[in-house]
Amino acid sequence: MLTETMSLYVHIPFCARKCNYCDFLSFNAEKELMDEYFDALEKEISKSGRDCKDRTVATIFFGGGTPSFADEKRVCGLLQKIRDGFNVSDDAEISIEVNPASAMRDKLFSYREAGFNRLSIGCQSLNDDELEILGRLHNSSMFIETYNNARAAGFNNINVDVMSALPGQSLDSYVNTLNRVLGLKPEHISAYSLIIEENTPFYDMDLDIPDEDTDRAMYHETKRILKEQGFHRYEISNYALGAEDDDTFECHHNKVYWQRGNYLGLGLGAASMVDNVRWSNTRDIGTYVKELADAESSFAKIRENVEELSCAAQMEEFMFLGLRLVKGVSVENFKENFGKSIFEIYGEVIDKYRDMGLLECAGDGGKYLRLTDKGLDVSNTVMAEFLL
Amino acid sequence: MDQSKIRNFCIVAHIDHGKSTLADRMIEKTGVLTLREMQNQVLDNMDIERERGITIKSQAVRMIYKAKDGQEYTFNMIDTPGHVDFGYEVSRSLAACDGAILVVDATQGVEAQTLANVYMALDHDLDVFPVINKIDLPSAMPQEAKDEIEDVIGIEAQDAPLISAKNGIGIEEVLEAVVHKIPAPQGDASAPLKALIFDSIYDSYRGVIVFVRIKDGVVRKGMKVRFMATGAEAEVVEVGYFAPGSFVPSDELTAGEVGYFTASIKNIQDTRVGDTVTDSAKPCSEALPGYKKVMPMVYCGLYPADSAHYSDLRDALEKLQLNDASLFYEPETSQALGFGFRAGFLGLLHLEVVQERLEREYDLNLVTTAPSVVYKVHKTDGEVFDLTNPTNLPDPSEIDYMEEPIVNGEIMVTTDYVGAIMQLCQERRGKYLSTDYIEQTRAILKYELPLNEIIYDFFDALKSRSRGYASFDYELKGYEKSDLVKLDILINREEVDALSFIVHKDGAYERGRKMCEKLKEEIPRHLFEIPIQASVGGKVIARETVKAYRKDVLAKCYGGDITRKKKLLEKQKEGKKKMRQIGNVEVPQSAFLSVLKLDNVD
Repeated sequence: MLTETMSLYVHIPFCARKCNYCDFLSFNAEKELMDEYFDALEKEISKSGRDCKDRTVATIFFGGGTPSFADEKRVCGLLQKIRDGFNVSDDAEISIEVNPASAMRDKLFSYREAGFNRLSIGCQSLNDDELEILGRLHNSSMFIETYNNARAAGFNNINVDVMSALPGQSLDSYVNTLNRVLGLKPEHISAYSLIIEENTPFYDMDLDIPDEDTDRAMYHETKRILKEQGFHRYEISNYALGAEDDDTFECHHNKVYWQRGNYLGLGLGAASMVDNVRWSNTRDIGTYVKELADAESSFAKIRENVEELSCAAQMEEFMFLGLRLVKGVSVENFKENFGKSIFEIYGEVIDKYRDMGLLECAGDGGKYLRLTDKGLDVSNTVMAEFLL
Repeated sequence: MDQSKIRNFCIVAHIDHGKSTLADRMIEKTGVLTLREMQNQVLDNMDIERERGITIKSQAVRMIYKAKDGQEYTFNMIDTPGHVDFGYEVSRSLAACDGAILVVDATQGVEAQTLANVYMALDHDLDVFPVINKIDLPSAMPQEAKDEIEDVIGIEAQDAPLISAKNGIGIEEVLEAVVHKIPAPQGDASAPLKALIFDSIYDSYRGVIVFVRIKDGVVRKGMKVRFMATGAEAEVVEVGYFAPGSFVPSDELTAGEVGYFTASIKNIQDTRVGDTVTDSAKPCSEALPGYKKVMPMVYCGLYPADSAHYSDLRDALEKLQLNDASLFYEPETSQALGFGFRAGFLGLLHLEVVQERLEREYDLNLVTTAPSVVYKVHKTDGEVFDLTNPTNLPDPSEIDYMEEPIVNGEIMVTTDYVGAIMQLCQERRGKYLSTDYIEQTRAILKYELPLNEIIYDFFDALKSRSRGYASFDYELKGYEKSDLVKLDILINREEVDALSFIVHKDGAYERGRKMCEKLKEEIPRHLFEIPIQASVGGKVIARETVKAYRKDVLAKCYGGDITRKKKLLEKQKEGKKKMRQIGNVEVPQSAFLSVLKLDNVD
C-alpha cells in the first residue's frame, strides 16, 4: 500500500569551474572519475529504491554542482534508474539545475524527453561585468539563448536565479537584470542577495560591495516589481507566478524541506531526512565510489552525521524551517504533531516578537503564525530564539 | 638533620633577568631531575607564567648538592615573584630564607625592581650575593654591571659568578657560592615547634597543604599542631619535602628545614600565610612576627559571566585567597551584572593574574568592571569614608571634597626616551620631581602620579613610548585633595553601573568620548537604534549611536542541508547567551573589558 510521499534530491558535484562566491560541494573532474561517480550513483539509487517500496515519489530535484556540465546521457540514465527503482508519481515535479554555459540545445531536449519538467537556470545577472566578477562562464546572451532553447524543448515551468548585492552592482543595474529576465516571462524567480562565505575566493578579495542602503533598496525593489508582474512571494527568496493561493509554479520540492516532508538525498554529500532521522552522505568521492562498488557494503559506510531528531529538535525545525515560508507555520499542525500548543512551548518568544512587529498570526482567521515583512528581513534573529 | 648542611635561599631579580632559568639549571645540576624530565621551566608550572615569562606564585623546591668539599648539602630554594605588584608575596617567601641570590642581567644592569627586591631582602636580614647573567650575549657588559651593583646597591660584587643560565655556563660556581655565602639556619631542634607558614594550597583529596619553614623543633606525622593566630588545631597526616613539581613524603621536618604538611584541614581560613604553627602539647612561648599587612591598591568588580556560577566563583576566590593572602574580596551586586564580588588587588597586573587564574584554573568565565582606586570622600556632614566602588559615590550635593591616592613613581629609562616619557607623565597629571642620571645613557625620572592615572594602561603606554626600555616602580605617597567627578555611561538611556567610574574633571570629556567610541565598536547592531552616552552629573558630554540593522537573512539554503542552517542559528543563539542584558540591549562581555584599555595610542 502506497501511503506516504517522499522527495528525492540527486547531487551532481561537477562544475567546469568553481564560481568565486560558491561554497557548495563541487569541483571539476576527469571523465573517468565522473563515469565512476555515475556508476556509483546508479547503484545507490537502485539499492535505496528497495527500501522505499511503500512510498510515492512526489518531487525530484537534480542539483549541483552543475548537472548540465555532465554528460546528459548519464544524467538522463539516472532519472531512468529512479523510475525503475522507485514509485514515481505520474504528476511528479522533476527539476534540474542548468547553467547557460553548458546547457546546449540538444541537452535541453534530451532532459525534456527523459521526463524532466521543470528547469532552474543559474542566470544570476544579465550584466556581463558582474558575471565576470562572479566567475561565471556565461554571458547575458548565452543565458537568453538557453532560455529560448528551453522553451523550444517544451519546458513550461522555468525558474531563473538572480542575485543582488553583487560587487560593483548598482541599483539600476540590478533592476535592469530583473526587468529583462521578467521580459522572458519565467514562471518562477529565486532572488538571492550575495553572502560572502568563508573559504571562497570572494572572502579574501577586496570587493566593492553595495552599501546597506543599496542592498535594502534592491531587496525592496524585487518585492515591488515582482508583485507588479503577477508573482507572489511564498518563501524568503522565492517568487512564483500566480496569485497567493495558486501554488502551481511554486517549487514543491523546496517546500518539502521547509515543511519537514521526507526526502532522500542521493549522491555525494547529499542530505536526507526520513521519518525524523537526518543524515548526510560522505563528502569524500573516493569513499563514495569505493563503498558503492562493493556489493556487500552497507549504506552505513557512506552515511554520516546520522541524527535521530528528539522531540525538541523536531519542534525547533518545525519553527525555523516553517517560518521561511511567507504563509508561516500552522498552529494546528504544531498541535497535531507534538500534542502541545505552540503557545505553550513558544509563548514567550512569540509575544516578544509580536510586540516588536516581527511576527503575526494571520491567514484563515489566525491559524498561521508568520513573520511580517519586517520580520522576514531579520528572520535569523527571530528564528534563533526558537531553538530550545 | 644537621643544620650546617642546609641552605635556605631564594633568587631575586628584575623581571626578565633570568631568575627562573637559573633556578632550572640549578635543579638540573643538582641531579634531582634528569635532563629528560626537565620541563622548560620547572618552577613556573602555571600556564600563565609560562606564557608571560613571569613567576607569580611562590613555590619551593629541595635539591641535594654534593659540594667540592665532598659534603652533601640540602638546598631549599624558594621561588619568588619578580613583579612589583607581588611585593607581598616576595616578602613572605623571604621570611622563610636565610639568604638570597641576586641575578643581574649583564646587558641591562641594575633595574628598578632589582633595587626594590634587594632592599626587601636586606630588610629581612638576608645575606645577598650577586651573579651576573647573560654574559654570553654580545651586548653583555659584566664589569659595568658589577660596578653598578656596588655603586647603586652597595653590596660587594667583584667576585660575582659570571654565568649564562640559558646556556648552562657558571652554574657550578653559583652552587658553590650558595654553600659558602649563604648562612646555615640557626634553629633549636630540641625547642618546642615553631614553624612559619609561607604558602599553602588546597588539594581536594588532602585538604590544605601547608608550606612551612621550621624555625625550631620538629614536626612529624601524628603530632597535634596549633595555628597560633587562628587557634585552630589539627593532627598532622603527612609531612614531606618539595621535589620539582611533586611532593615527597618523609618522617619528619626538623629545625632549619623547609617542607610541607597536611592535616586534613578543610577550612582554608584556619591556615593563614604568615601564621606560626606550634605543638599543641608543648607550645612555643611566642609566635614569629607575621608579615607586613598589605593594603589593596586597586579594586574592581568580578562577576560570573553566567550568573548561575556565582557560588563557583565564591569557592574559587576562597581557594585562591588561601595562597594569595593579598587578595581581598567581598560580595556586591550590580544592576547590570547581578551578583558578584568587589575584589582588591595590589596592582593591575595582580588583578589580571587573578582574573586569568580564575578563568584557567577554575574554568570560570568572568566579567570584570573598570578598576578603581580607593578614594576618600569627605561629606558635608563631616563623615569621611573610603570609596572602592564608584557606584557608591553620594550625590554631589552631599560631598564636601574628595581625595585620591598619589604615588611616588620612579621610571628608569634610556636617555633617548626621556622626552617621550615626561610627556606621558604630564598627560597623566604627573608632578615632576627630579631626574637622576645613573650613567650616561640612563636616567631615573621621579614623578608624583595619581594612582588612578596609572592603573589602566600606564604600563602599556610606558612600554610603547620607550620601545620597551622603560621600567616603572611606585609606592604610595598618600592622599591629596582632587577635583574628581563620576562619569556614567548610558546604553539606550539606561545607566550601566558597572561602567561608571571616577575621573579627574579635566579628563572626563576625553575619557567619556573614548568609552563611547569603544562601546560603539563592541555592541552589536540590534533591531533598533542604540544611543551610547557618557554623562557627568546628569549632563551628557559625549554620544555615539549603534545603528539598527535591517537585514539578517540566510538567503540560500540548499539541497535540504538543514544541519548547516541550524548550526548557524545555534551559533547566533550561543553568542547571545554570552551577552549581558541591559534593558533591551545585549552587551557582550568583551565590552566591559575593552573600556579598560582605551589609550592604545600609536
